[in-house]
Amino acid sequence: MAAGATYEPIATQTLASAAATITFSSIAATYTDLRLVLTCTTSSANQLVYCKLNGAGGTAYSNTFLVGYGGSASSTRYTSQAQFVFNQPGNGTSTTVPMFYSMDLFSYAGSTNKTALVTASENINTVNDGVYQSVQLYRSTSAITQIDLSLSGGNYAIGTTATLYGIKAA
Amino acid sequence: MIGNSIAGFLGTGVAVSASSYESIATATGTGLSGTITFSSIPSTFKHLQVRVLGRSTYAGTQDDFNIRLNGDTGSNYSQHALGGNGGSVGAFGAASQTLGGSTNYAWLPGATAAASIMGVSIIDIVDYENATKYKTMRGFCGADFNGSGSSNLWSSAWLNTAAVTSITLLTNSTGFFTTTSTFALYGIKG
Repeated sequence: MAAGATYEPIATQTLASAAATITFSSIAATYTDLRLVLTCTTSSANQLVYCKLNGAGGTAYSNTFLVGYGGSASSTRYTSQAQFVFNQPGNGTSTTVPMFYSMDLFSYAGSTNKTALVTASENINTVNDGVYQSVQLYRSTSAITQIDLSLSGGNYAIGTTATLYGIKAA
Repeated sequence: MIGNSIAGFLGTGVAVSASSYESIATATGTGLSGTITFSSIPSTFKHLQVRVLGRSTYAGTQDDFNIRLNGDTGSNYSQHALGGNGGSVGAFGAASQTLGGSTNYAWLPGATAAASIMGVSIIDIVDYENATKYKTMRGFCGADFNGSGSSNLWSSAWLNTAAVTSITLLTNSTGFFTTTSTFALYGIKG
């Protein structure tokens, strides 16, 4: 059994000023998986949360969503996207209530395409709040060394926190 | 770098310290077997988590795997699942099953899926060491193929109070776990 630190914080960013992008760079290939936790408010409400890997855009991203929104469940898909999308059009981010997003990125330094499990919890005390669980694909076999979080519009507000964890296997 | 109070964002929702989440064992698919077993699991943790990066040799687009505890092949498992395939959402439930997990929603890429695409899964088994409780599991899993795929959430109970000492993952077909498949078992201290 491997004792000790198998679940480590790599870096945490707490915004002291508004920012359009939060970047984790120079990510070492010393872990098996990565876990990203984001709690944010934004300068404009109802924004989508985007995530790019290695700064790459293009059309190599896709996803499949399981959605609970208001009183109904659904499933949606987006193909050939320019980035991961953590949530769906509907309620999105809030200017006042922190929304909670997490991403488990598996085998980020491995030689297969990169797959992630993402959860999005968006509640602002309305009927039409949402919970989103998705699987996200980035069709690249390159090791991931950078993660960029952005928005469909506006900035992440002061106090937004993003933490990147590394998970090691035995 | 390491703090003693990493916020509890593990699947169990349990607050952890850096040393309370430990790697117990890993395994890799052989391409020749549809079974992966973690055995002799110590009772020194509170919860278990299995993380899977998987693919199957099954001659189709998608496969799946189920879970068996302590080698119990009896009808002692229940299964409930919520799944979305990108166009519709469905729910599934079954009692008195011989396996845990979800047999209704496939998410493990098969042989005809695009190369290098892998399915992923996080399975939590809570209070696995407790000898007075039935055991509860949950899984969050999925695979995306840029045009197809599924995102799934499942829960299962194993109606047995024995401490869990072995976990077996079995493909739900004639397929085998590919050599690119990796399995990691972690213990979470309480």
